[in-house]
Order: sequence, then C-alpha cells, then structure tokens
Amino acid sequence: MSAANVLKMDGELTIFRAMELKPAFLAQPPVTEIDLSGVTDLDTAGVQLLMLAKKTALAQGRDVRLVGHSAAVIDVFELLNVAAYFGDHLVMDSRTPATGARS
Amino acid sequence: MSLDMDDALEMFLVESRELLGDMETALLALEGADDKTEMVNAIFRAAHTIKGSSGLFSLDHVVAFTHVVESVLDKVRADQIALSDKLVVLLLSCSDHIGSLIDGVAAGQLAGTPELLAAGEPLVTQLRAFLDAAKAAAQAQNAPDPSRQMPTADTEQVQRIHGDTANADHWHISLRFGPDVLRNGMDPLSFIRYLGTMGRVVAIETVTDGLPDAEHMDPELCYLGFELAFQSKVDKAAIEQVFEFVRDDCRLVILPPHSLISEYVSLLNLQQGDAARLGDMLVRCGTLTPQELDMALNTQVDAPNTPIGTILVEQGSVQPEVVEAALTKQKQVKEAGATESKSIRVDADKLDQLINLVGELIIAGASVNMIAHRSRVIELTEATSKLATLVEEVRDSALQLRMVRIGATFNRFQRVVHDVSRDLGKDITLVIDGEDTELDKTVVEKIGDPLMHLVRNSMDHGIESAEVRAARGKPAQGTLKLNAYHDSGAIVISVEDDGGGLKRDKILAKAIERGLVDASHHLTDAEVYGLIFEPGFSTAEKVTNLSGRGVGLDVVKRNITALRGTVGINSEEGVGTIVTVRLPLTLAIIDGFLVGVDKAVYAIPLDMIEECVAYSAEPGHDYTNLRGEVLPFIRIRELFSVPGKPAKGENIVVLKHAGQKAGLVVDTLLGEFQTVIKPLGQMFAQSKCISGSTILGSGDVALILDVPALVRQAMSKSGQAPPERAVVG
Repeated sequence: MSAANVLKMDGELTIFRAMELKPAFLAQPPVTEIDLSGVTDLDTAGVQLLMLAKKTALAQGRDVRLVGHSAAVIDVFELLNVAAYFGDHLVMDSRTPATGARS
Repeated sequence: MSLDMDDALEMFLVESRELLGDMETALLALEGADDKTEMVNAIFRAAHTIKGSSGLFSLDHVVAFTHVVESVLDKVRADQIALSDKLVVLLLSCSDHIGSLIDGVAAGQLAGTPELLAAGEPLVTQLRAFLDAAKAAAQAQNAPDPSRQMPTADTEQVQRIHGDTANADHWHISLRFGPDVLRNGMDPLSFIRYLGTMGRVVAIETVTDGLPDAEHMDPELCYLGFELAFQSKVDKAAIEQVFEFVRDDCRLVILPPHSLISEYVSLLNLQQGDAARLGDMLVRCGTLTPQELDMALNTQVDAPNTPIGTILVEQGSVQPEVVEAALTKQKQVKEAGATESKSIRVDADKLDQLINLVGELIIAGASVNMIAHRSRVIELTEATSKLATLVEEVRDSALQLRMVRIGATFNRFQRVVHDVSRDLGKDITLVIDGEDTELDKTVVEKIGDPLMHLVRNSMDHGIESAEVRAARGKPAQGTLKLNAYHDSGAIVISVEDDGGGLKRDKILAKAIERGLVDASHHLTDAEVYGLIFEPGFSTAEKVTNLSGRGVGLDVVKRNITALRGTVGINSEEGVGTIVTVRLPLTLAIIDGFLVGVDKAVYAIPLDMIEECVAYSAEPGHDYTNLRGEVLPFIRIRELFSVPGKPAKGENIVVLKHAGQKAGLVVDTLLGEFQTVIKPLGQMFAQSKCISGSTILGSGDVALILDVPALVRQAMSKSGQAPPERAVVG
C-alpha cells in the first residue's frame, strides 16, 4: 500500500454538503485515512458517505481508516452502533462475507 | 408542468404562513403553560414541515436556516436545552425571519436576497450558541462514561447487547426509511435520539444492506434502516407518535414485548433482502434467541405462500394488544380522514365569484317577483315567494362562507404586545374577548393594520411606565383589552387600555395651535378626543419608533371609513381610553328597507332601523317627541332637494347608530328588500349621506343611505351633544 493519503474533514458532515463531499471520499489516488477530528456535526447522510467510502475500499481490496473521531462523530456512532462497521478488523472479518454479497 | 409547480408553491406559501402562525401562537402560549410538551411539539412540527417542504422546492436558503432552528428545537424536545425566555424571544425572531424568507419566495426571490440572508446570520449565530452550550453540557454529563471516550468501543457495545438478551421484555422497532427522507429535511438520527428520551434504547443495529455501490449512490438519498430494541413503559401509540413526521416516508414495524415468534416471522417477511441477515440482527438486538429465530425461519419456510396474517389467525396467536393497536390505528386513520374532509381550501376569488352570482340572482329574483305580482296569477306568486325564500337562504349561506372568526386576527396581537412591551420596557398583558365573533373575510383582512396602530398607540402613549403607574396607585402590569361583539347589524371592535387617558386641554391647545379648531368654539369632550384622528395630529412629546410621528391615527380613520365603518373614542384622564371601531357585518349584500320620496326610492340597511312611526313634529322645529324623548330628524326631501310638495301621511324612520337615534322623514314606506350593494362610481365619491346603490326588481337604481352620516348630521343640526361617545368616522 502506498503512503497514507489522509482526507481531513472539517465542519459539518451532513446532507448539506453530501453532494460536494462524495467525490472527495472517492477521489483517486484512493483515500486511506479519513481524519474526523474537525467534524462538528454528523447526520445520516454523513454516516452513509463514510460507509460508502469504507465499502468501496473493501470492494477494491483496500481499507480506509477513520481516525481522530470528534465528539460529534462518536456521539452518532454510539447512537447507531456503527463503530463496528468501520472499526477493527476482527469485527469486520466476521461481516465481510455479507458485505461482499451485497455489492 | 410549471403551472403545477406554481400551484404547489402557492400551496406551500399558504401552508408555511399558517404553520408560522401556529408556531408563533405556541411560542407565546409557552409562557405560563404547565405542560409545554405539546407546544414544543407544535413548534417543532411547524419548523420541521417548513424545512421539509422548502426542500421539495429547492429553497436551499430556507432549508439551511430552518435546519438550525429545528436542531435547537430538537434539543429542546430532548430536554437538552431549557426553554428560557431568551430562547423564546430568539425563536420568535426566527419565526419572523422565516416569514420574511417565505415572503421573499412569494415575491419571486427563489434564492433569497443578500440582505435577507445577512439578516438571518445573527440569528443563526445565536442559535448556534444555544446548540454549543447544549453540546458542552451533554459532554460534561457524559464524561464519566468511559465508552464515550473510546472511538472504537466495540467490546463495550457487544457486551451491552448481550448483557440483556436473556429476557426479551422490550419493544422491537424495525425502521426502514424511504429514500427521500433526507431530502425532505428529516434526519433519522433525530428520531432515534428522541426515542432515547422516552425510554432506553437497549440495542440498535444499523441496516446497511440498501447502500448501493459508489457509482449509483446518491449522497442525498437515505439508504439506511434500523432495528432497535427499546425498553420503555410507553404504549405503542406513543412510539408511533415519535415517527409521526415520517410516517408516510418510512416503513415502521413495532412489536410489543413478548411478541410471538410468528410476529417476528411477519417482520422477516417484510424484509426484501436476506431474511436470515435480518434474523441475525434481531438476535443481536436481543429480541430473539437463536432458537427462536430458527423456529421463526422454519415457520416461514413451511408456509411460503401463505400470507403471514393468515398464519397468525390460524394459530390464533396474535396478542390482543396487537390486534387492538391495529384496530386503533385503522380507526385513527378513518377519523383523520373524516376531520380532513370537514374543511376544504377554496380560492377566495371563487368565493367572490359566488357572492357576485348570488347578488345577480337576488336582483333577477326581485324582478321575477314583481312581474308575478303584476300578473296576479296566484300559483306564480306562490312559486316565486318560495323561490325568494330559497334565494335568501342561499344568500345567507354564501355570505356565511365568507365569515371568519376574528380570533386569528386578535391572536396576532399577543405577539405584538409581547414584543412591543419588551421594546418599551413596560409590563403589559393582553386580554382578548369575543374571539368567536365572525365577520366578513375582507373586513378581517383590512382591519388588521388599523387595529395594529390602535394597539401600538395604546401601549406607547396610553399605558404609563411602571413607576408612574405605581405612583398613581395602579397595578404595575398594564392591561390592554381587545373585544369584539355584534351590535345592531354591525360588529364592534374595541381597544381598551387602563393607561393615563387623553389630556383634553393638551389636545385642545394643540388643535388650536394647528388651526384645526377655532379657539372661541366650544367643543364637547368627545369632539375634542375625536381630534386625535385628524391628519397631522400628535401630542406625543417625543417621537418613538412606534408611534408619535403624527401619521397613523388619521390613516386608521381613513381605512375604517373605507370599510363603511366608524371610529369612536372615549377616555377618562388617569383611568384609561377606549377606542371603538364599528364595522358593517358584510360588504356585499344586506337586508334593506325601501322608502320612497316623490318618485325616487332609497334603501336603508334594515339592521339600523329601530322602528317606523307616523310623522309628527314640534311646530317650527326639526325634531319630534318620541314617547317623551327628543328625536331630531332630517327631511330627505330637503337633504336631496327633491322637488314637489310633501305627500300626505309622511313617515319617520327611526335610525339607530352607535347608541344614538335620529329620524328620517320620508313619503312612503315600501318594505323590506334584499339589497345587493353596488359601489358608486368615483364621481360620487364626494357625495355625503349615500354609501352605495342597488338595483331594484324593476331595473331602477335606488341609492343606499349612509346611516352613520345621517345620524351625525341630525345630531349636529339639532345641536345636541351625543350622549356617550363621539362618532368621528
């Protein structure tokens, strides 16, 4: 894997910016790390985008790591119990077949 | 297509304004309310719906602003932000700002003007301050919880899920949001958050099966679903209530605690994707044990083509509460349908058209009636009289359609009083009476501005500051009263304050200084008070931003006169002032009474006629003795310079207006007649004592007499001071 390509997110990660953010998540060369430390607000659309980034990466045999979760992000991840979706490999592995079947 | 959009947009504008009205009412009602939940919900619903609908029209500036408002309200609902007085004031301003944005949209500025957007910024900043404070508080509160500090707290999560699996004594909620919820301005997160305030979300699984690949994924659509285990004492209806805003836009399945396996089967059946995967989730949520899931899946396989409902009935296994819940739901839907159909929205133009037609019908009916009488065919006369009765009923119901309660107009003033009293630093309460009084829609629309001015004037100049009030021995809180009632064919609206009253000497001095009256002239109190409605008259020592610029009260009078109404004022220095606005009930059709003078016919509004008596007069004077009372009268013959000698057996029609009586001497009494008011042309605008014209059955034109003007004239002629209040309109 090449050197880390970090995407730094700032401000709102919400429906209002979803359109503009989608290309950034899927940019080439692929993003390997998304830094969420500057995220002030996260909504369902934002979660979906993060999931999309993760899913696309997995489908391409890569991975994308989320780092520096801000309080707003943790709050939502907790609420939706989706930390596992993005989280460590142990949990991801157990779900990978399902993930593969979906795409 | 674009026409359809225009219609839809029009609907949106109307609805948004109504919602803003609701929002304002709820905000104002918050003060002093015991249970605020209902109102907070109403406010949230308003903001929420406006945001959602604006999204449909791509009014991004409206969505962006309302989104922030909604976020704050969401936190209020979740008890994370206290509803302080300051917040209420801020939300009121926000509601105003949304109103201006909507007005801007109505004016064709679909993206908002820079000025408007700039005006919203300080509000957004303030709202954000509330949000930040709430966030900080929430974090402080949750700090001791270690799971919050660990970004990947999977172990903790897993433990939490399995910790409660032993007993499935919780609700299971299965949620699949429609693709458009995000676009409609709703965020599934907020519903789940809100759910958390009603009980404990034991476990939650986010269903990501719907998420397509990168190419096909539209970031503005919602692809997620949720399976929740929820522990709470609330009932099913309450849970459904949480999702009320998205009910049409999501698939919601709520299973009560200890539901039978078969019900989970039906849930699995609903799932379009992999049933086993969903089953897995139910197990993870702790709703089902693995054994139960196996049973469920087996049942499903056994009867693949049988609708689940049938299975349930066959097994007789549906829990009563589920059936009940379903029935209640159905009933609710039915009832909702019934109430919805109770009122329909009709274009005001169509209504006006109907009234016009009814007017024509009455005129045509009158002419048929006359011909029938002339032909002396009894059957025809009977038939036409029956027809006339029906036409009269049609007229009444048509006019009734235009009648609206004045309550909505009055309630707007709650806000005005709230704001203005703050601006002025006075404590003023508004008391509203007679809000059920109905009057013509046009009148209601046009009376708003004059009333606004009267109310502001009372608050600014009438009610004294708290110190002065205390010194005068009055309660510190000033009272403003709005009242409406019907009185002899008119509607009376009064604005009353318990303030300082009018200073007679000061007004008189000012009027003399301005040359409005002659210093040597003797004026009654009422006449003096009436002067404040003259153009360019203001006694306020200093000009405030509310009133006191010397414009306004004359405009009030002009507007009310334009509605064929009058303004009266009565005041007692140190005690208070009452302004009385008197308006005709309708503007289109009235019950009239026809009188004849020579060959001309005049119509008088029937409601204003007290009685008719045979002519008599005190010799040499223009008044008569009516059962011991002095009744001044006017001879129409003289007033309109009708030629010819008075007929034998003249009559006096006794008119009553605003508590005063006057007589009108006419030749003949011709009886009742439904009078369709036709306005007089511009040419006759200056003619006094005539308020309009109507067309008789014969096709002749009859003039409608302006009773208030006649009564006034009779009074001034007889030199008699009006008993109670002056009529200056």
